[in-house]
Amino acid sequence: MSRQTTIAAGAMTEGGAEPILSVRDLTKHFPIKKGIFGRVGGAVRAVDGVSFDVAAGETLAVVGESGCGKSTTGRAILRLIEPTSGSVRFNGQDVLALGAGELRALRRQLQIVFQDPFSSLNPRMSIGAIVREGLTIHGLAEGAAADARVKQLLEEVGLRPEYASRYPHEFSGGQRQRVGIARALSVEPKFIVCDEPVSALDVSVQAQVVNLLQDLQRDRGLSYLFIAHDLSIVEHIADRVAVMYLGHIVELAPVQAMYSRPIMPYTQALLSAVPAPEPGVKRERILLAGDVPSPANPPSGCVFHPRCQHPARDAACAAIVPPLEEKAPGHWAACIKQPPSVVSWEAQRAAGGTNPPDFYLPVSALHRSADGAPRAHAFTPPR
Amino acid sequence: MTAPPLLELDDLHTFFYTDTGVARSVDGVSFSVGAGETVGVVGESGCGKSVTALSILRLVRAPGRIEPGSAIRFEGKDLMTLDEGEMQHIRGNRIAMVFQEPMTALNPVFTVGEQIAEVARIHGGMSRKEARAKAVEMLTLVGIPAPEQRAGEYPHQLSGGMRQRVVIAMALVMNPALIIADEPTTALDVTIQAQILELMADLTRRLGTSILLITHDLGVVAENCSRVIVMYAGEVVEEATAVELFGRAHMPYTEGLLGAMPRVGGESERLATIPGTVPPPTAWPAGCRFRDRCPYSWDRCEREHPPLYQIGAGHTSRCHLAEEPEHRNHPHPPLAAQRGASAA
Ligand SMILES: Nc1ncnc2c1ncn2[C@@H]1O[C@H](COP(=O)(O)OP(=O)(O)OP(=O)(O)O)[C@@H](O)[C@H]1O
Ligand SMILES: Nc1ncnc2c1ncn2[C@@H]1O[C@H](COP(=O)(O)OP(=O)(O)OP(=O)(O)O)[C@@H](O)[C@H]1O
Ligand code: SF4
Ligand code: SF4
Ligand SMILES: [Mg+2]
Ligand SMILES: [Mg+2]
Repeated sequence: MSRQTTIAAGAMTEGGAEPILSVRDLTKHFPIKKGIFGRVGGAVRAVDGVSFDVAAGETLAVVGESGCGKSTTGRAILRLIEPTSGSVRFNGQDVLALGAGELRALRRQLQIVFQDPFSSLNPRMSIGAIVREGLTIHGLAEGAAADARVKQLLEEVGLRPEYASRYPHEFSGGQRQRVGIARALSVEPKFIVCDEPVSALDVSVQAQVVNLLQDLQRDRGLSYLFIAHDLSIVEHIADRVAVMYLGHIVELAPVQAMYSRPIMPYTQALLSAVPAPEPGVKRERILLAGDVPSPANPPSGCVFHPRCQHPARDAACAAIVPPLEEKAPGHWAACIKQPPSVVSWEAQRAAGGTNPPDFYLPVSALHRSADGAPRAHAFTPPR
Repeated sequence: MTAPPLLELDDLHTFFYTDTGVARSVDGVSFSVGAGETVGVVGESGCGKSVTALSILRLVRAPGRIEPGSAIRFEGKDLMTLDEGEMQHIRGNRIAMVFQEPMTALNPVFTVGEQIAEVARIHGGMSRKEARAKAVEMLTLVGIPAPEQRAGEYPHQLSGGMRQRVVIAMALVMNPALIIADEPTTALDVTIQAQILELMADLTRRLGTSILLITHDLGVVAENCSRVIVMYAGEVVEEATAVELFGRAHMPYTEGLLGAMPRVGGESERLATIPGTVPPPTAWPAGCRFRDRCPYSWDRCEREHPPLYQIGAGHTSRCHLAEEPEHRNHPHPPLAAQRGASAA
């Protein structure tokens, strides 16, 4: 069954602003090789029909459990891995149609900061050389001008310029992540894919890097695709949030709407699982049954149906692929049991459905009241 | 509390004798864990949390050494005086350890059922058949679906969350008095993390197991621990009940950690940061080890190493502000910030 697409181009940024990045039906399947002859037997559907837009100056966060396809999405956009199908438009250019030379030019504007600050820097290059590389490749500066620019970039990310001659192993995780950011910034990009830039860091260092990213956005009008699994960081930094599950975007909404009225049951479970940093406050948890299924063998219909806690879940959920549809202005979600849905109750019944759609929103999933104020927690003394 | 605590560390020093000098990774740590209590240990990377945990089980390997004069009292015995055989008995029966990466605790060539049954046979003196039934029972207890089938699978066939539950099942089979959990959920997703923490909380409630929970996630601490120990540069720098610590942190380092933490539902201002980084353990600064990163430091902090001051019931803080609180009125940019955020 093919996924119904209810997305009009340009409709997925907040307030309909012209997107700088437009991704449609992006798919990446990794073939699974079986046996000694490398026969292809099936595929890991790492990213399975993902669509979203990012406006200039906006931060779109991508969240979801390990293995749901966040990094693959980020890498496919830059063509660090070749997508299986779909389209990616950046600043009006069709990214997937670009030749090698054009792709290099594109990467001047579209950069990535990698998940792991320990393996993403070449240990044999000084950090000055690492930051300088982009300047040379793109012919932006040479000789003394390049040296000066490297020093300036290091200062900008809060590293001492005289560190340019040192090697990555001499730096802490937070410092290496700064080097990665300086490298990305060297070519003056418009857009940075940040793949879990702070996940490996202590809270103290994490705060330094998050503030830096926000300052750079303010000063340079950068856009970010911010991949993360920490929902408190996401709430802090993002304008909008996309939730992924098994290669699909299952909810896409402005951060405030997502945290005050999550629609897709998986998002509700995810938000309920965030520990409350107030002692004695124990939020009711939506404890999901079992583990994330394998993307090599995803469940039929709604990919979340084996674990879903929606009271109206029924046989229709296992038969119908829920479209990602606009349930409220700017708030997209994929669930046929959360009205309104283009999949009518009649259609659901025809597919074996027994429970009519009925809006479900457990209190445990809420972090903010509708007016945006943090939700007051009842205080219970600790054990 | 009149009964002696289950575990009591008294002036624990664990040093590593490396090429670049002596790393004083754990440098005079004292704290206790009561029966049925869940105690959290927090602090930045490299402050000595894991080495403390390994020291309790006497699993520190060369070039590391627990220094003479350190005492680790557990169930009335000083573990430092036990021989290796007695220590193995403690590790196998009374104290269990759960590590961050479950694969390190599992053997890839045996099924998870065999591995749990093995522990049951050796430590519970069960027959093969009883042990196998016990393994399935434990897998059920830790919430693994289809436990009969899963018992016959190898570690690589399970997801990260399931593997961690298997490790916890192995830890529980021996019905330990204490579980030391070193970042047990750091490698897991929030929804799986919630399952594992729920499981551990349930155990303390039902079986009275004590837990020493090492984590860098202050949210996890707030929800699960009754008492919290903050470590910095090889030392305990603050200890209090969770409510007291989150409400009235005293040591500027603890304040910094709490301020740097983004909160879901919190106000989205700029995050507070702690400039600079933890100094290397081969060269702890004299005086207060947090001095270069502290916004309140004054000349006394440079001269005098602060002791743990008692600042309230069950609340201690390693900071001279306990005696001279007026210095809190004049915050200044920390030295590390003046030297640039990079100064480390
Ligand atoms: N090169 C590859 N070959 C085969 N499978 C792959 C490859 N890269 C990723 N996958 C699979 O694709 C799926 C998505 O992986 P991806 O790295 O995008 O996840 P993620 O959401 O970034 O997870 P994490 O939070 O752990 O970083 C996973 O099941 C992964 O095992
Ligand atoms: N085998 C070793 N040899 C030399 N130094 C070591 C060894 N093991 C630990 N150390 C040092 O002891 C210090 C404390 O390390 P420890 O692993 O206890 O930190 P931690 O608080 O657990 O940090 P993290 O949050 O990163 O796990 C570190 O500076 C570390 O480099
Ligand atoms: S479509 Fe059905 S299974 Fe999927 S999230 Fe909605 S209720 Fe749950
Ligand atoms: S002793 Fe001085 S330097 Fe150390 S934390 Fe207290 S005020 Fe800061
Ligand atoms: Mg990833
Ligand atoms: Mg550790």
